[in-house]
Amino acid sequence: MTRITGAIVPLGAALFAFLFGALMIVALGENPLDGLGAMIDGAFGTGDRVAATAVRATPLLLVGVGITIAFRASVINIGGEGQIIAGALLSTAVALAIPDTPKIVLLPLVILAGLVGGGIWGAIPGVLKAYASVNEILSTIMLNIVAIQLMNYLLRGPMIDPIEVDGSNIPQTERLSDNAALPTLIEGTRLHLGVPIAIIAAILVYVMLFRTPLGFRLRAVGHNPDAARAAGISVEKNIVTALGLSGALSGLAGVVLVFGSESLRLVTDGGSAGFTGSAGFNGIVAALFGALHPLWTIPSSFLFGSLLTGATELQRELQIPNALAIALNGLIVLFVVSSDKVRTWLNRRLDRGTPFEAEIPDAPDPDDPPDVSGVGIAEGAS
Amino acid sequence: MSDFFTVSVLVATLATAIRFSVPYLLAALGETIGQRSGVLNLGVDGTMLLGAFGAYYTVLETGSHLLGIVVGIAIGLLMGLVYAIVTVFLQAEQGISGIGIFLFGLGFSDLLFQELVGTPKPIKPLPTLDKLPGVGGIFEPLVDIEHLGTLLFKHNLLTYLAFFLVPVVTWVLMKTTFGMNVRAVGENPQAADSLGVSVARTRFIAITIGSAFAGLAGATLSLQLAIFQHNLTNGIGFIAVALVYFGAWQPRWVMSGALLYGLVTATRIKWQSLDIIPQGASDIAAMAPAIITILALVLLASRVRGPAALTKPFTRH
Repeated sequence: MTRITGAIVPLGAALFAFLFGALMIVALGENPLDGLGAMIDGAFGTGDRVAATAVRATPLLLVGVGITIAFRASVINIGGEGQIIAGALLSTAVALAIPDTPKIVLLPLVILAGLVGGGIWGAIPGVLKAYASVNEILSTIMLNIVAIQLMNYLLRGPMIDPIEVDGSNIPQTERLSDNAALPTLIEGTRLHLGVPIAIIAAILVYVMLFRTPLGFRLRAVGHNPDAARAAGISVEKNIVTALGLSGALSGLAGVVLVFGSESLRLVTDGGSAGFTGSAGFNGIVAALFGALHPLWTIPSSFLFGSLLTGATELQRELQIPNALAIALNGLIVLFVVSSDKVRTWLNRRLDRGTPFEAEIPDAPDPDDPPDVSGVGIAEGAS
Repeated sequence: MSDFFTVSVLVATLATAIRFSVPYLLAALGETIGQRSGVLNLGVDGTMLLGAFGAYYTVLETGSHLLGIVVGIAIGLLMGLVYAIVTVFLQAEQGISGIGIFLFGLGFSDLLFQELVGTPKPIKPLPTLDKLPGVGGIFEPLVDIEHLGTLLFKHNLLTYLAFFLVPVVTWVLMKTTFGMNVRAVGENPQAADSLGVSVARTRFIAITIGSAFAGLAGATLSLQLAIFQHNLTNGIGFIAVALVYFGAWQPRWVMSGALLYGLVTATRIKWQSLDIIPQGASDIAAMAPAIITILALVLLASRVRGPAALTKPFTRH
């Protein structure tokens, strides 16, 4: 008996998305193989490009790992964008306030500030959900808006580069202290300390989720809140913890975006994507594609990082807008979230040879009870 | 600072507020229909962006506003079909599926814009009531009424259509068989199913209609602004989703929320351009609607109950 399991369906979903991308490239009058070549060249062509891909993947990994924590506790965190911004703002404020502190002190402080900023921004919707029954999808979206406007206000006013006040008024900070910059790891490449920090964070989250009592409680709350409550676990506290930790990791992504950037400034274009590069959303894609597992999110983020750097090269070489990468990300999400049901159907068909129509749309499904928290969270660490 | 709070500034601000609120209103009305059937669509913003680009590009190429609007609605319908297949037939998690629709719309509208248009080219603006070809003359005396004319009669047809749709959607939801089915499958799909109402078909139709509203909302936005650019909506679609909760799933309260957003946006942009308030105050004011929405959600969450089956895929037992 053949059963379709594991990674085949998500990979199939990605294949469909890339086929769509190839079709787009054909529609734009280019050869898709040239396009693929350009993307691979852009993402992995030189040592520095591999480094750039890793740097591009870092915010996705941090946000994505945070998303896995939230999802395991059955809360949906759409507030990555706002939490990135909150972490970036607080860490930038620290770097602006004490720029001359030695690097050995300042860099850890800046990182801590990012964790705290993002953590607070994540814990707020956690508190609102746990104690006031406010839907976290909505509150995180609203807090994204608040964070963007807070950033606009601070960068146009209190935190603006003094030179810009009389100059062209670009909403950005001055160049931040070199003592706060994430050090370059390999000279001549863009690889900086943020990359290993993110990978270590992913491993720590894995250990936390699957090897500690805290992780057990978070997953228990996610799996069945009533049973968890009956077992004496505080559902409320764990919801706040899950969103707080999730936000803290996004805040760390904000630190990486500011203090790992070549310009070493926080700059806004009035929206959020100008600063975050939509990492708050793309991180969700990376986490989903990594089956909501912290360790699988590492290669998954790298894949999506390479999609982004590859798309930059695609634009340079073949004049195909790099927005293609974002569109493909969207398709991958749709394919991956749909794949559970497709897999059930395919397996059923393989098992019994029943026609598809018999299963559509509302047939009882004893193997697959309706899962409100959705997205087919894989059981355990396995 | 001399014209602080003069009547004409206030009237102009209110008139702008009404115009600004239209994309929020249309998108939120559509989302209301979908949510009443038990399906959350977080992808409104992406659908709006595609609708906005489709309408903009059609007007740029053909010069016909009507055709642009039709294209915007058609794109909304198409995206609604995709979303309905994903969430109703494939029973995917709704919050995340919506993010997929959003990212696709964000990327694809930008891709098409860069490829087909490149640099932003303005299109001809939507005519206001008094400038409508042929019949505009009839409305001229109304527009000339001091203040009231500007406030009520100097809008484009889409504005009137949007506000006219508020009672229409209420009527459809509350008084028609289709509306009763929508509410039934949103409240208790098991019971509706046992009475012979097809849950899947009802949700499918509700989602598709709701998404068509989002396409129209996007078209309205780009035609009102007479321009398109990357991420034109800047989150309006996400706010529209929140407005449905804010408005407790009642079209008239959803409309109030849309007007609130329009009012705050119009006030800060208008007053900032008149130097009544500085940029900093405008940025802070821009946070206000989001914070008010959160506070409203806190107050409403324990008092108002949404459709009981919202976000829950239906499986027959």
